[in-house]
Amino acid sequence: MSLDKEKIKHVAKLARISVDEAKVDSLTKDLNSIFKFIEQLNELNTDKVEPLTSILNQSLRSRKDEISDGKIREKILKNSPKKNEEFFVVPKVVE
Amino acid sequence: MSNITNQSLSEILESIKSKKISSLELTQAYIKNIENAKKLNSFVTTTFDQALENAKKFDNKPNNEQLLSGVPIAVKDLFCTENVKTTAGSNILNNFVPSYESTVTKNLWNNGAFLLGKLNCDEFAMGSSNETSFFGNVINPIGDHLVPGGSSGGSSSALAADLTPATIGTDTGGSIRQPASFTGTVGLKPTYGLCSRWGIVAFASSLDQAGPMTKTVNDCSIMLEAMSGFDDKDSTSINKKKESYSKNLKDNIKGLKIGIPKEYRVDNMPKEIDELWEKGKKILKDLGAQLIDISLPHTKYALPTYYIVAPAEASSNLARYDGVRYGYRSQKGKDLIEMYENTRSEGFGDEVKRRILIGTYVLSSGYYDAYYLKAQKVRQLIKKDFDDSFTKVDAILTPSTPSSAFKIGEKTNDPVSMYLNDIFTVPVNLAGLPALSLPAGLDKQGYPLGLQLIGKALDEQKILNIGHAFEKNCGYKNEIKKWWS
Repeated sequence: MSLDKEKIKHVAKLARISVDEAKVDSLTKDLNSIFKFIEQLNELNTDKVEPLTSILNQSLRSRKDEISDGKIREKILKNSPKKNEEFFVVPKVVE
Repeated sequence: MSNITNQSLSEILESIKSKKISSLELTQAYIKNIENAKKLNSFVTTTFDQALENAKKFDNKPNNEQLLSGVPIAVKDLFCTENVKTTAGSNILNNFVPSYESTVTKNLWNNGAFLLGKLNCDEFAMGSSNETSFFGNVINPIGDHLVPGGSSGGSSSALAADLTPATIGTDTGGSIRQPASFTGTVGLKPTYGLCSRWGIVAFASSLDQAGPMTKTVNDCSIMLEAMSGFDDKDSTSINKKKESYSKNLKDNIKGLKIGIPKEYRVDNMPKEIDELWEKGKKILKDLGAQLIDISLPHTKYALPTYYIVAPAEASSNLARYDGVRYGYRSQKGKDLIEMYENTRSEGFGDEVKRRILIGTYVLSSGYYDAYYLKAQKVRQLIKKDFDDSFTKVDAILTPSTPSSAFKIGEKTNDPVSMYLNDIFTVPVNLAGLPALSLPAGLDKQGYPLGLQLIGKALDEQKILNIGHAFEKNCGYKNEIKKWWS
C-alpha cells in the first residue's frame, strides 16, 4: 500500500498539524519508506494470536473516587500562553 | 581533589562520607567541568545557584545515611522538575516550567542528591542520535564528529565527559542502552513498572521506562535502588517490596545459564560486533556460567512492530500540545483549528511530526486492524519468545547495538536506517523486560562497543550481578581525552 500526497494531507488534518506544501514530497517519500518497512509484519500469520494489551500480569488498579487535590488554579494557569485571571483564552469559537 | 569528577559515584560517595571532600567542593568541580564543556551541548538548562545552595546546606548538616548523600546530579530534560524549565528537547515546551516534580527525580532528591541541570535529548525522546533536539545536537566526548546516541544523548555525553557523577534517562526503544553503548558507559532499562512514569514527559506509555546511566555497575545498582519504587500516581507501577540492589550486589555467577539468541547475528553486522560478542561469551564462561543457544524467532519483526505501537501511542500522548494550556502557541491562524495546526506545525520538529502522522494513520478508521491490532498480536509473539527462553536460561547476552557511534549527519536523511540502530534494544521494550548495556570493548577506530544482558521481569539483581562480574573481568576502561576544554 502506498500513501499519496492527498492521504498525507488528510492525516495531517486529523492530527491538527499544518503541512508546508514544499515539504509534502519529502514527507511522502519518508512515510512510504517507513510503511514499507512496517509492512514486513504482513508476512506473519497472526490469525490465532491474541493481541497483547498489557505487559504487566496485573490489571490496572482503581482508586477511590475522591478529591485528593484542588484549589491550584494559579498553578494550572501559570504556563498558559494566553489567559486571564480565571481562564485559558482561545481564539473566538462561537460568533 | 581536582580529579574527583572522573571517579565513580560510589567512590565519590565514599569521599563525601569520609569528609575527604565537601559537597560544595564537589559541586564546584562539576560546575567548572560543565562551564568548560559547552562545545558538547549536553545541557539545556543549568541550576548552579540552586545546586551550590543545596551543597552548602548539606555540608552544614550532613546526613550520610542516604544512598546519594550530598551528590549533585544532572537529569535528562524529559523529567519534570518543579520550578525548573522542562523542555523534552522541543520548541513546543521551550517555556514550560512545571509546578510539580516527577516521582523518580523526587526519589533521587529524597535520597540526598540535588539537581545540577537538565540534559539535552532528542525531541520527545524520538531519535537515536540526539540530532532531533530543538536545542541542537549533542556531541559525543569520544570524538567531535560523533553522535552520543539517543535519545538520552545529553545524559550519555555528560556522564562520559565527567559533567555529572551519574544520571538518569528514559528508554522507550533503546534510549538509555544505545547511548550508553556509544559512550562506553553503563545503562539500565528496568522492568516496565519498576520506576514510576509519573511526571515524565510521555512518549509511548506502554514502553517508556526511566533508568540509570552510570560509570560502573555498582553505581547503577545504587541509582536504581534510589529511583525505583511503587507509586500510586502511576497506574502501571508495580507494587512490590523495595530491593537493596547495591547491598545485594554479588559477583559469583557460577552455574548461571546464559542464553545466546541466534537471531541477533544480523546481516551486514560488522565483524567487530561479532568478536565482541564472542569475547563476552568467553568472559562469562570463564566465570563459570553456562552458555546455551536459544532462539527468539520473531526478533526481526520487533522494529516494524515498534514503529506501529510507539507512534500510535505518541500521536495520542502528544495530542495534548494544543497551545492553550501550556507550551508554545502560534500567533498565526484565523480560528481555533488553524491556531492548533500552526502551533503544532511550528512547535514540533520533523521527526516528531513524522511519528505523529504515522500514529494517526495507523489508528485511523479502516486501518486500525491492519496495523495497530496486527502489531499488538506480533508483540504477543515477541513476548512469548522471551517467556519460552526464560524457562531455560537466567539471562540473555547480545550486542547492544549493531555499530559503534556514527558520524553526525550520517543517518539524518534516512529515517529507516536510523531506526535500525535500535534493532537489538527494541524487543526488550516490547516485552517489558529489564536489560543492562555494559561497555565491553573498542572497535578498530577506538570507539566503545557495548554488550546487553537481558533479564526476566523484575530480575534486575541478577543482570546487575552478572554485569558486575563481567565488568571486573572485562578490563574495559573509558579513556577520554578532554579535547573540548
